[in-house]
Amino acid sequence: MKVLLTWLQEFAPFPSDDPVALGDVMSDLGMAVESIERIGEGLDGIVTVKVLELRKHPDADKIQLVDVDLGDGEPLQICCGATNLTVGDVVPLATLGTTMPDGMEIARRKMRGEWSNGMLCSGRELALGEDHSGIYILDPSLALGTPIVEALGITPDVLFDLEINPNRPDAMSVAGVARDLAARLGLPFSIPSPTVEEVSGDVAAMTSVQILDADLCGRFHLRVIEGVKVEPSPRWIADRLSALGMRPINNVVDASNYVMLELGQPNHTYDLAKVPSGELRVRWAREGESITTLDGIERNLTGRRDGVITDGSDTPIGIAGVMGGASTEISELTTSVVLECAWWQPMAIARSSKFMGLRSEASARFERGSDPEILDLAARRLAELLAPSGARLLSGSISADGQMPERKPVTVRTERVNQLLGTAIDSNEIAVILRSIGFGVDPSDDSGILAVTVPTFRPDTVSETDVIEEIARHYGYSRIPNRLPTSTQTGSLTPLQRDRRVIRGVLVGLGVHEAMPLPFLAPGDLARAGLPAAAVTITNPLAAEESVLRTSLLPGLLRAIAYNESHRTDGVRLFEIGKIFGLPAAGSTLPDEREHLAVVLVGREAPAAVQAWNVLAGTLGFSEPSIDQSVSPAGLHPGRSGALLVSGSVVGEVGEIDPGVLDAHGIRGRVAWLQLNLGVALALEHGQRAYRHISRYPSSDLDLAFEVDDAVTAAQVQALLSDAAGELLVRIHLFDVFRGASVPDGQRSLAYRLRLQASDRTLTDEDVASVLAACVGAAATIGGTLRG
Amino acid sequence: MIDDIARIGASAPARISAMASLDELRALEAELLGKTGELTALKKGLGTLDPEERKIAGQAMNEARSTLEALLADRRSVLENAQRAITLASERLDLTEITDELERGTVHLVTQTWDRLVDVFLGMGFTVAEGPEVETDWYNFEALNIPAAHPARGMWDTLYVDLGDPETVLMRTHTSPVQIRVMTDGEPPIYAIMPGRVYRRDTADASHMPVFHQIEGLVVDRNISFADLAGTLEAFTSAYFGGSIHSRLRPSYFPFTEPSAEYDINCVFCEGSGCRTCGQTGWLELGGCGMVHPTVLSNVGLDPEEWSGFAFGFGLDRLALMRHGVDDIREMYTGDVRFLEQFPS
Repeated sequence: MKVLLTWLQEFAPFPSDDPVALGDVMSDLGMAVESIERIGEGLDGIVTVKVLELRKHPDADKIQLVDVDLGDGEPLQICCGATNLTVGDVVPLATLGTTMPDGMEIARRKMRGEWSNGMLCSGRELALGEDHSGIYILDPSLALGTPIVEALGITPDVLFDLEINPNRPDAMSVAGVARDLAARLGLPFSIPSPTVEEVSGDVAAMTSVQILDADLCGRFHLRVIEGVKVEPSPRWIADRLSALGMRPINNVVDASNYVMLELGQPNHTYDLAKVPSGELRVRWAREGESITTLDGIERNLTGRRDGVITDGSDTPIGIAGVMGGASTEISELTTSVVLECAWWQPMAIARSSKFMGLRSEASARFERGSDPEILDLAARRLAELLAPSGARLLSGSISADGQMPERKPVTVRTERVNQLLGTAIDSNEIAVILRSIGFGVDPSDDSGILAVTVPTFRPDTVSETDVIEEIARHYGYSRIPNRLPTSTQTGSLTPLQRDRRVIRGVLVGLGVHEAMPLPFLAPGDLARAGLPAAAVTITNPLAAEESVLRTSLLPGLLRAIAYNESHRTDGVRLFEIGKIFGLPAAGSTLPDEREHLAVVLVGREAPAAVQAWNVLAGTLGFSEPSIDQSVSPAGLHPGRSGALLVSGSVVGEVGEIDPGVLDAHGIRGRVAWLQLNLGVALALEHGQRAYRHISRYPSSDLDLAFEVDDAVTAAQVQALLSDAAGELLVRIHLFDVFRGASVPDGQRSLAYRLRLQASDRTLTDEDVASVLAACVGAAATIGGTLRG
Repeated sequence: MIDDIARIGASAPARISAMASLDELRALEAELLGKTGELTALKKGLGTLDPEERKIAGQAMNEARSTLEALLADRRSVLENAQRAITLASERLDLTEITDELERGTVHLVTQTWDRLVDVFLGMGFTVAEGPEVETDWYNFEALNIPAAHPARGMWDTLYVDLGDPETVLMRTHTSPVQIRVMTDGEPPIYAIMPGRVYRRDTADASHMPVFHQIEGLVVDRNISFADLAGTLEAFTSAYFGGSIHSRLRPSYFPFTEPSAEYDINCVFCEGSGCRTCGQTGWLELGGCGMVHPTVLSNVGLDPEEWSGFAFGFGLDRLALMRHGVDDIREMYTGDVRFLEQFPS
């Protein structure tokens, strides 16, 4: 909502000297000032001049020399880049020493060797509009040397652009803003009563209204204006409308808009001649009805959703509270006008406007709740504005009532006010505050319980808390003290939240960067990643690429890899922790939402991902982590992937991304992949670590190499050896794998180093020999033979 | 014999100090003190002397031996130091000749900001709650006092998903549904913050993403007032942004709080004196807050007469961008390593 200072001043004596301070008060009242524009400022030193002669610049093609006359008949040379000038034009000249609205100072300067004694101005340079295509051409009858402010009749003013919250229908008007502001500043506020002469006439014979659906319209008020002459509005009205962002059209439409902006009462004017018998009806639309609105668009109406005003033949001629119809529009031939001021059910207008996709200045006000008590005031104000053109307001009006919401006084407890705000405001001060913004307060007894009557322009205020907010607003948020609640609770992270930090720490240490791809996919992305296509879809995506919810972190990371490769960043290592969305489980309406971790290591083979997993599993303290290569997860290389298990439960997958999938994304080389279902994995008991005594006795290393069938995994061999070595074993690791001539086909040699140590004694040769024998025996059970 | 001893003793220092290497020194040591050395040879002759002479000669011999040993040790130390110096000099490395840098990964800028915010609130006694990113209309709107067709629904451009009845399941538009879950699943006193990912039907540009992050705070207890809200936000502001940055609250409107407020902080760039970032106002709008609306409390089964509370929320991405002067939010979400690696912590 934009407001002009001079317009506000018609309702209360606001000072003109400090608009910024005034703006601060508006912001502090919850009408946030987004900008303050000073109209007519910075135009001192700009005067009217006449073009005497246009000459070619001897040394520049794009500049011409213009001789102008300031009124003294002396030609003054100006260099000018614009080409829209002709001899005899009257134009604005910024004289030497002028500071332009944008801060530029005009000085005498040489342009390509020719003196320029000022600057001819475009509309934009004068801050009078956006036009910068040429010099602003003025009325040729203007006296030369006249200050531009005077020549254009510009009234210096201040334009405030305010952000109005949805619960402030009252602030959707100039008068409403003035009321709030005057209350805070302690200035007297009043809405002047329109002075308009009414002539007698039989209004009832000219027009009528019937409300057929009382749940649509609460009150419908009609007046008739005769002797209308459609012509351009007076300058001051047109200027004010322009300043507030509305295009002036003609005096009738402009007066209608002016009243809406000023009082917050949207209204509609019908050409009486186009409404048969002046009969109007108000009802819900019926399915299949349509109407051409004022903007020339034919709109289909939805039954019981949109409201309509019809003529006597039941034909819609307007969409209730949203926009009028073209058939009864004011034209140059209009002489008599039926003026409608109505109160519509806010929810009805909100629904209609939203679902029709048609928002208007009128609907914006009606859907927040307009003031049902100013219908006739608005009508008389409109007539007052039109009166200078000869229009006459007929005495008498036509009104019909539908359902109006019940309005009850609100009980406000002083104790509750202070409890909720943390203040110590007494009931007298509360009463003073509320009365200043039009609320009624029954004189309080000593109980501190107030009966508060809510003014009709504040339909948003229905509860005690609503009133408390008004008290707080006008008491001033900044006056409410700062206090800290005394929490008996201690702050802490959940185990899952702590584990996430651990996981990130590990991966960062391993050189992996955290990425955050968007969770939206395009149709086909899942299939391209080798994954099942079933997924939850977005009903109203802005783009098809954002229409599917991911069921895996794989597609997003593939895209990130491709993005990096396309920017010549190879070998990236990325991880993501994020939600994936499966189809809902039976009986649930929400997707099966799970938190996953995924790691991609570009240019690395599957073992790199296993190494990362081993570090993670070790750090998180998972018990019995293992890999089941008998399953091959979707999207992964079938021979180089497997499921991750912890204590026998599947918690994720590891391996290499399927080369076909990589091809489909234009990714070269191999990509190691690790995925962990954090919800499942971290729900398993983990991280329990009992201290193991460090032996003070010497240890002994035993290196054993076995020839083992390829079908037997190294992990199986290691597990067997570990069991066999028993409690003397403190560490075992695979240090060499060898395939070659000395090893039979289909087998390889796996070499392990076992470190043996006893906690209570020095190992004997017999100890070592018995471990060796046990290991050889264990290996034999899977066909492993010790290499000599 | 005494003379012989004296001769050896007199000539030895020059001979020892003439030794240029440890090998030479070892040879000389053998020559002087070894089994076949000069002193040893003289020692064999001691037996031929009479007891008095033998005592004197023996004493001289011992003295000469210790003197020689000391001289040899000194010389050895000098030569060893020289040798070590040569070795060290030969091992010199140019420490800037690094060809295989160690690489460390990075935590995402959003996560860094997330953790930093969480840490401040942990210190203030808050727990951290989370909730699903796909929500029902109830949690995202209805329970928060935003019924269907409420004009305030226009404040959020909602992405719906094809589940359940049309427009009943949606990508959560804010972290506020977690408030409802926290209040529904637990009971007061509640001191919780709720960071999370949220969604809007928005085209990506330099300052908007359809996916971004918020952090929300909720306190419900007995006698919680607007003053507690103001104090909590002021304490947080100074803790997170630094002691010279303060907060202010301005009246605003949200369906789920009343009274509602905008939460502003002193501009962190100009500290309040006015600059381009803050539009010369000296203030930055951070988010919204207010007292939990009585209807919201009733919706989760809490008696607004017994319990009161406040809630606040603000965008997390903008804080991440502001801290590092990143001018395009989209940069954070491409996974471009050239971006990610710029923020190691």
